[in-house]
Amino acid sequence: MIARFLAAIGAWLRHSIQDLGFAVRSFFIIIAASGGLFRRPRLVVEQLFFVGSRSLVITTVSGLFVGMVLGLQGYYTLTTYGATQSLGQLVALSLMRELGPVVTALLFAGRAGTSLTAEIGLMKAGEQLSAMEMMAVNPIQRVLAPRLWAGVIAMPILGGIFTAVGIIGSYLVGVVLIGVDEGSFWSQMQAGVDLWKDIVNGTYIKSMVFGIAVTFIALFQGYQAQPTPEDVSGATTRTVVISSLMVWWLDFMMTAVMFSK
Amino acid sequence: MGGSGSGKTTVLRLIGGQLRPSSGAVNVDGQIVHELDTENLYLMRRKMGMLFQHGALFTDLTAFENVAFPLREHTDLNEELIRTLVLMKLHAVGLRNAAQLKPAEISGGMGRRVALARAIALDPELIMYDEPFAGLDPISMGVTANLIRNLNDALGSTSILVSHDVKECFAIADYVYFLSSGKIVAHGTPAEMAVSTHPYVKQFVNAEADGPVPFHYPGKTLADDLGLHAKGSR
Repeated sequence: MIARFLAAIGAWLRHSIQDLGFAVRSFFIIIAASGGLFRRPRLVVEQLFFVGSRSLVITTVSGLFVGMVLGLQGYYTLTTYGATQSLGQLVALSLMRELGPVVTALLFAGRAGTSLTAEIGLMKAGEQLSAMEMMAVNPIQRVLAPRLWAGVIAMPILGGIFTAVGIIGSYLVGVVLIGVDEGSFWSQMQAGVDLWKDIVNGTYIKSMVFGIAVTFIALFQGYQAQPTPEDVSGATTRTVVISSLMVWWLDFMMTAVMFSK
Repeated sequence: MGGSGSGKTTVLRLIGGQLRPSSGAVNVDGQIVHELDTENLYLMRRKMGMLFQHGALFTDLTAFENVAFPLREHTDLNEELIRTLVLMKLHAVGLRNAAQLKPAEISGGMGRRVALARAIALDPELIMYDEPFAGLDPISMGVTANLIRNLNDALGSTSILVSHDVKECFAIADYVYFLSSGKIVAHGTPAEMAVSTHPYVKQFVNAEADGPVPFHYPGKTLADDLGLHAKGSR
């Protein structure tokens, strides 16, 4: 009984390490196949439209509402301490360091990640990837690499837009609706936000790492899916679950490294 | 030719280098396919065209763009020349006027013809057809069969066609191999195969329900499953 239990744990561990190794190897294969994109940047630009532009609406609307809620909740909390003039700083730091990149990554996983997985999975089911191989076109180079780089480029831009729109949302609620002093709102924000630490590290570096993780997971799941309806739909679900968990884990690790004193 | 699961598509995939043989070797144009590195395998594939069972057209591209795909990937031709070549290929399969339609907007038979135009876009030396008649109505089947034969003659290429449609295959093939369980069981010209006395070929050509390919999946007998044994018979 105990031996069987230990054997099951051992098998699980071995499979996990094997899967992880396979995923890491696949990642580097895509990176190695990316050289040709410098000669054909149009492939990345096309995918930027699909994964980036089409995620813009949900990112902007979500950013606006998250900012508005943050402005409202922040105001209530700061009122207790008589520090409502710090609302701008509170909102900006929350959005730049955490909410902006994290929520954008989760939205990106749901909007673009699922779409990428389903697209690649269905291309596989329809033998389109096999057809490409038979036409002497490497599907990793032609299909996966442009999508990965489009995700890596799109995520920081979307994260920046989410944060900027969020700040506007909190301004509308805090300053325009509630009446927090406009000068304090902006000046406290200006004084409390550091360009490198909060904007470059907090928003852009984090978003880029999330972009790599979410896009790669989506592509990997689609490429590894069996060409059946059940497995393609299962792969789409796995993309959201694994990406979300990965975003939370990466966020914790990066926050610990970037903002430790 | 051969029944479902006889290994026909596997042979095509072995020739194209999409599968590695567990034993033996596949020799194409003097090269052992599974010994080629990726670069040389892709170079060899440029001399091949393949028509997949359901066309495998890129669903986000129009018929024109599908046919233009291999030309854009493998040549430095300008757009004007590519346009001319693509329209000629589409004209050859009778679909020049459907150039701007997407795969979802055309019928299965038309899709197969677009895929055929794409397969011959680079004038390959070897064209492989995987079940080109599957799921087609009789008219489309006849049109596709004629196209395959005529294009083959016009291009002067070698064609390997995998199918289980006896009538169409015998009408256009020069030589036929019958596969069963991954092995060649008979071969000859269509005329020879039509009068063959080989049990498998006879069953296949005459569409007989029972024969060397049994109607029942092999396993336990019905009596075993229902427990209908006389007492003490075991």
